[in-house]
Amino acid sequence: MKLADAMMLLKGIARAVRNFSRERPLTPTLSPEGRGSKSAIFFVITIALAIAVNTAFAQAIDPLPFRDHAEELRFQHLTGELRCLVCQDENLADSNANFARDLRHKVFELMQQGKSDAQIKQYLVERYSDFVLYDPPVNHRTWLLWFGPLLILIAGGVVVVNTIRKRSHAGTPAAPTDNGDDW
Amino acid sequence: MSRLLPFFAFVLLAALLGFGIWWNSAHDPTAVPSPLINKPAPAYALPKLDEPAQTVSKASMLGKIYLVNVFASWCIACGEEHPVLMLESKNLGVPLIGYNYKDDSSDAKAWLAQHGNPYDMVIADTSGHTAIDFGVYGAPETFLIDAQGVIRYKHIGPLTPEVIAQQVKPAIEALQHPTPSPPRGEGRGEGAASP
Repeated sequence: MKLADAMMLLKGIARAVRNFSRERPLTPTLSPEGRGSKSAIFFVITIALAIAVNTAFAQAIDPLPFRDHAEELRFQHLTGELRCLVCQDENLADSNANFARDLRHKVFELMQQGKSDAQIKQYLVERYSDFVLYDPPVNHRTWLLWFGPLLILIAGGVVVVNTIRKRSHAGTPAAPTDNGDDW
Repeated sequence: MSRLLPFFAFVLLAALLGFGIWWNSAHDPTAVPSPLINKPAPAYALPKLDEPAQTVSKASMLGKIYLVNVFASWCIACGEEHPVLMLESKNLGVPLIGYNYKDDSSDAKAWLAQHGNPYDMVIADTSGHTAIDFGVYGAPETFLIDAQGVIRYKHIGPLTPEVIAQQVKPAIEALQHPTPSPPRGEGRGEGAASP
């Protein structure tokens, strides 16, 4: 039923978009700004609706027999931290891929067996490597990923300090300061 | 010197960009490394595609070196890989087991009847549950399992003649003749020195 409703809604939107463009044919005499911004707003609304409908779908298509709301929240949180390996830029919770659904069911099954979040993650890491986690663990292969930005920040800081030192030695203030602070 | 500093910074950034482009073209960014290599294969028991009453399990395959090729009739890349398997399967020196992944059994049979069957045996994992234990996330994937039931090699994506010649066959040979490889190297060294 839900599926049919959503399809109707999408068809309606599509029809509205078609009519909208038919009523206002693209002619060079019309001011391009006004039309552009109007259709842009319409476009954004359409996309937003489509996404909302899509998310509603994902939950409607894949109902799992949760015991209570807390368990469902735990499931949503856990699958949100896991990567869908076939789509790769989506997490398990949001993905509609067939394989993601299988993995969601596996996560659910492990939860039913009373496994902790850490045990479930461990299970998946043993099979799909750290790649399945969105938060990579700190180890010898990921230290640059974790601390690289800090290194760049420090390098930038050194350059800034050096430049300011040099300028103040040369007698030119780095920048006019209101409070008269001397660097 | 200090006036050249921005230039050096630019060169550094350009080099980093170049490295990134090279890295991404030389490596498949979608390939997920398998942590299962050199680990025991998961225990499995799956029915044969032709005779569903018979199951094939890890225990029943112990003592044999074999290749497991994950395929499905819906998988486009498997169609690219298929002619290669048809050509090479008899020259591998080990049994090639077809692992029919999340497929309808009649579709799979029709697919094999149409394109030919390179497999010594086909097992069917209709639900895809066992495949999760193997760390399978798509087809085609190929595993090499040794006589002790340990996964020794994995290839993700279609097998090509190059991959078979450069990776699969050497991996099989290393399992079939575990010790001779270092002495053979020595022997060749002596042979080169004597004449």
